[in-house]
Amino acid sequence: MTMLAAIRETIVDEMARDERVVVLGEDVGKNGGVFRVTDGVLDRFGPMRVFDTPISESAIVGASVGLSVAGLVPIAEIQFAGFTMQAYHQIVGQLARMRYRSRGRFHCPVTIRAPYGGGVRTPELHADSVEAPFAHAPGLKVVVPSNAADAKGLLASAVRDPDPVIFFEPIPCYRSSDDVPEGEHLVPLGHAEVVREPGDAVVVTWGSMVNVANGAADMIAATRGAQVGVVDLRTLAPLDIDTLTAVAERAGRVVVVHEAPLTAGFGAEVVATIQEQAFWSLQAPIRRVAGYDAPSPAPLVEDWCLPDVARVTAALDATLDA
Amino acid sequence: LTDVNTEPRITRADAELHSVLMEDMLFARRASERFWNLQRQGRLATVPPLTGQEAAVVGVVRGLDLSTDWFVPYYRDLFGLGALGDEFFEQVVAYWRGDPDGGRIPDGVRCLPPQIALGSQIPHAAGLALGLALRGDPGVVCTFIGDGATSEGDFYEGINLAGVQRVPLIIVCVNNGWAISTPTDRQTAAESFAAKGVAAGIPGVRLDGNDVLAVVDATRAARRRAAAGDGPSLLELVTYRIGAHTNSDDPTRYVPDDSLRDWKERDPIERFRTQLEDAQLWDDTQHAAALATVETRLERIIDAGLQREIDPAVALDHLTGTPSTRHLQQRAELVERSTPHMPAGGIMADGVVSWRA
Repeated sequence: MTMLAAIRETIVDEMARDERVVVLGEDVGKNGGVFRVTDGVLDRFGPMRVFDTPISESAIVGASVGLSVAGLVPIAEIQFAGFTMQAYHQIVGQLARMRYRSRGRFHCPVTIRAPYGGGVRTPELHADSVEAPFAHAPGLKVVVPSNAADAKGLLASAVRDPDPVIFFEPIPCYRSSDDVPEGEHLVPLGHAEVVREPGDAVVVTWGSMVNVANGAADMIAATRGAQVGVVDLRTLAPLDIDTLTAVAERAGRVVVVHEAPLTAGFGAEVVATIQEQAFWSLQAPIRRVAGYDAPSPAPLVEDWCLPDVARVTAALDATLDA
Repeated sequence: LTDVNTEPRITRADAELHSVLMEDMLFARRASERFWNLQRQGRLATVPPLTGQEAAVVGVVRGLDLSTDWFVPYYRDLFGLGALGDEFFEQVVAYWRGDPDGGRIPDGVRCLPPQIALGSQIPHAAGLALGLALRGDPGVVCTFIGDGATSEGDFYEGINLAGVQRVPLIIVCVNNGWAISTPTDRQTAAESFAAKGVAAGIPGVRLDGNDVLAVVDATRAARRRAAAGDGPSLLELVTYRIGAHTNSDDPTRYVPDDSLRDWKERDPIERFRTQLEDAQLWDDTQHAAALATVETRLERIIDAGLQREIDPAVALDHLTGTPSTRHLQQRAELVERSTPHMPAGGIMADGVVSWRA
């Protein structure tokens, strides 16, 4: 099953399970969303539970705050993650703080779904990785699946979470298939997955970069016979500090990879956490491979700019040689 | 767009409403004044007085059905929400005192915490109204904004969504002439703030916000429309901020003397009192009694609010339903840091929070 289909199935399952769940966003109704994630959802659940909104990212999120106060459980779609910038205040300044400001009288079980990620030739502001500023926001959970099975399990957990979750869907993974458990499948938020056990080094990453990390680990195994672990964080906030610490202690050599720009990217938080928790186990400086400090690259240059197997392999070589 | 400026008929049949309106307005006026003084004494952190605008807020509140309807306020209108009860108003004391608990609206009171980021509450109100309609709840949502907030993007996004979905919402724009120091002619080139509803397909009504009975009537009409499923309304209530924006503001830097003098002559409380007295429905005895009731009530609320104990650790409560590892660590650190400098239990009673003993 593709990640797209897994997300659609999860939305349908959650709406069938809980009549409070509603879907809103731009073109999510008859059109089924620009990626067809919500294809058929309107037909099944009707216009009281699935509604197109005006092109108003701020209003989509702001209305979700109000809908949750009214007792509903909104799944809001922001068509591309770059457009969350137009809703930044409502997400960070309002949605994420309602429980805190009201001392728990109100809480917002809102899931914001937003596709992100380069490599598929989208125009400006369609591919940006914007997870870092949201991970910085108290009260907000930040989730990024890397495969279809996790997309299902994490999205179901997000919808059932009593607090707001921003759920970034990697566009390059939308149409890749893997085995997805049938029936109820929950992946708890806040738990990283060790995709490959660390040996000589470990790559910590998330989203579509998990595939890149796996490719680099294969390359290192082939070229120098070293064993490279891969950790898929899956949830950036709250960060799974225990798993991060354990793999860093075991490997002693760490490379952090993300698609977003290097400076003040979420990788900086990962690196800082590892050095606080596992400094004396480290055998080499922690390296980062990230996007360049520029807006997300345009189609004709993105293949040169996005972190790829070659760059991650080079960083691993340098770490292993240090 | 309609301009309403008719003096409503004053009849004895409405005597109960008259005394409620008068008492609420006196409460708002005296609360603004008392809070202002408490801020000057260092016992409250910030105070945005409602002085001069009482009729606009009180008239709306009393035009709604308090047993079903919701309020999505900003900050200045809080003084006019005395009708929401003593427990609610103790929270207003806590809020302006700077207690994190101040945003906790008591259970059963249909009101959101006050909004500080102007206009941000309009999409919330639209969503809440949509949610009530979807759930078949009979409630109508009322949100207050100032004239300045109509320049915010969230104003347009919020009213646009509300218009499309025909939600049961009343957007009350209290036009007090000023956004801190910016006058209305620097805020918009539109003919009025009510006219801004046209872009969202929402009827705008502009009326004298210092005429409390006209405000009640206009609110009732907007409420009927919302409850009937005919969609939202935008009410522009024209009034004047007789005082400062907040305690941090010095309006003598920008408010013309003659303008202030003109508006003081149109004081909504004095005007209503004169109307009622002319109709022989109010006298000095009744006025003194209403004022005494208000003073007693306020005294009790302020005492209760100021005597509340503060525990610094609450700064790290209610971030999420289940606290994260880091929140727990940080909270433990805060508790440990604060305890030695505090009276027993890390608790502080009335006074300025200080880290020193």
